Amino acid sequence: MTDTAAPSTAGPSRTQRLVATLRGRGQTPIVPAGNVAGRALTTVIAIMTFLAALTVGAVSLVTDTAGRWQNDISNEITVQVKPADGLDMAQALETVRQIALQTPGVKGATVLDEAATGRLLEPWLGEGVDLQELPVPRLVVVSIDTGDPPNFEFMRQELQEAVPQADLDDHRAWVSRLVTMARTVVFVGVFVLALVIVATTLTVVFATRGAMSGNRHIVEVLHFVGARSSFIAREFERHFLRLGLIGAAAGGAVAIVVFVVLGHLTEANRQTPEADQISALFGSFTIGWTGYVGVLLLVATVAALTALTSRLTVTRHLAEIDMISPVEN
Amino acid sequence: MIRFENVGLRYDMGPEVLRDLTFEIRRQSFQFLTGPSGAGKTSLLRMLFLALRPTRGLITVLGRDVATLSRKDLPSIRRRIGVVFQDFRLLDHMTTYENVALPLRVRGRQEHEYRQDVVDLIKWVGLGERLDALPIVLSGGEKQRAAIARALIDQPDILLADEPTGNVDAPLARRLLRLFLELNRSGTAVVIATHDLGLMEQVDARRLVLADGRLEIYD
Ligand SMILES: Nc1ncnc2c1ncn2[C@@H]1O[C@H](COP(=O)(O)OP(=O)(O)O)[C@@H](O)[C@H]1O
Ligand SMILES: [Mg+2]
Repeated sequence: MTDTAAPSTAGPSRTQRLVATLRGRGQTPIVPAGNVAGRALTTVIAIMTFLAALTVGAVSLVTDTAGRWQNDISNEITVQVKPADGLDMAQALETVRQIALQTPGVKGATVLDEAATGRLLEPWLGEGVDLQELPVPRLVVVSIDTGDPPNFEFMRQELQEAVPQADLDDHRAWVSRLVTMARTVVFVGVFVLALVIVATTLTVVFATRGAMSGNRHIVEVLHFVGARSSFIAREFERHFLRLGLIGAAAGGAVAIVVFVVLGHLTEANRQTPEADQISALFGSFTIGWTGYVGVLLLVATVAALTALTSRLTVTRHLAEIDMISPVEN
Repeated sequence: MIRFENVGLRYDMGPEVLRDLTFEIRRQSFQFLTGPSGAGKTSLLRMLFLALRPTRGLITVLGRDVATLSRKDLPSIRRRIGVVFQDFRLLDHMTTYENVALPLRVRGRQEHEYRQDVVDLIKWVGLGERLDALPIVLSGGEKQRAAIARALIDQPDILLADEPTGNVDAPLARRLLRLFLELNRSGTAVVIATHDLGLMEQVDARRLVLADGRLEIYD
């Protein structure tokens, strides 16, 4: 604290000047930089930012994943053929395939063979089940031209006429449910963000009032040396901007580390069946660039919010501290 | 420059500390404000520099009726009044240089413009060696002089000093008194609150004497 702004004759180095500028025009801050309350506030801001960043990450993950699902699913539709007495399954599947291939807008159709069907059912039925002996429905996977999709109603009718046991699933119900779920997650995320921001704001209001009464003697001195309210508010704002930046940057940084680590863990586990399920659902647990940009925006927002809140708080309560208690107007 | 008319002051529900004060502080004048401890010298000074409103009566500071001032008007008036507090009120986390420069910094001046003036003034009050010292390592007399320098740095129209020699030995008190006289010759009105008779004997100046809440003036 004794270092800057000294009218020493030796010129300060470039770095010293830079550091000095960051600390505010090369002069000791009028609101003293460090104290216990300041550290507590920085910690609270860091925690709040961390929670908010996790929320941003989760929301970005869900929206990305939902988008990917939607794309994959609308590339493909499936036709399910249920077993029935007297139905030649192989024949029926081939018929379905042919009808599908003849429908305009279809790019290809494959029968999911017994091995693949077996894998699909493995989690429920266990390994080495002979599908011939079980009345298991079989699937034909139809890939469609998303630019010029087939008329699903027409296709459904055609199939029904040829193979009554065939059931076309264009996944629309699925997709709309997915979209609803994703929207719900986003809505909840925004709500959590709002809560975090309100909590942060309130914390900063109390911290600012605490700092004002803790530095009351300084405010009084500033008053009688002729400082305007705007000057005093600006000094407190600078003080809290610094605390806010440090706290928010720390919280955001930890959140980003968590994202990266989670991404790596799910990546590494990809070989195991459990991780297979997870990555089938979410891809890998990777936050896209929107998530990272979101976290950076969040850090900036929290710091700016901290500064603004303290400025408004100071402006509002300065009258209480002014030595003369004049009629307000 | 400052006029009091029938001014009375009481703290909360207490007795009237000051009663029926009527006097004027003229431009470029020099006066002592005296009276026993507890007579109300500090209270009177606080009304002079707009830290306290009177309970009754009329105070005019630099042509403005204090009762009609709003908070926005206070800074520009306070900037023309230099105050030396009995307890100095230096900011503990700032060096002598920064404390003395504070009024200029608050006025938005650029440091490179005023640095030399501040250093010169600090040397003038004899603290040239203590530019970078924090208040905690300064002696009472040094703090006193830092506080005086801060009050003078923007060449106020009037200087109000509360017991400015209360913390210093006699030789330093004489030096400070000479400093105030020199300041007064250069055009600043000076009010020194003191109960130090020895100090007042050194100068033939106007005396405002407080006793039992009333003021007697010896020109
Ligand atoms: N803030 C205050 N609240 C209540 N009473 C006060 C306050 N300040 C001073 N007084 C009272 O006013 C009287 C004058 O005090 P003061 O102005 O400090 O006298 P002096 O400076 O001459 O010693 C004293 O009786 C003191 O107790
Ligand atoms: Mg006193």
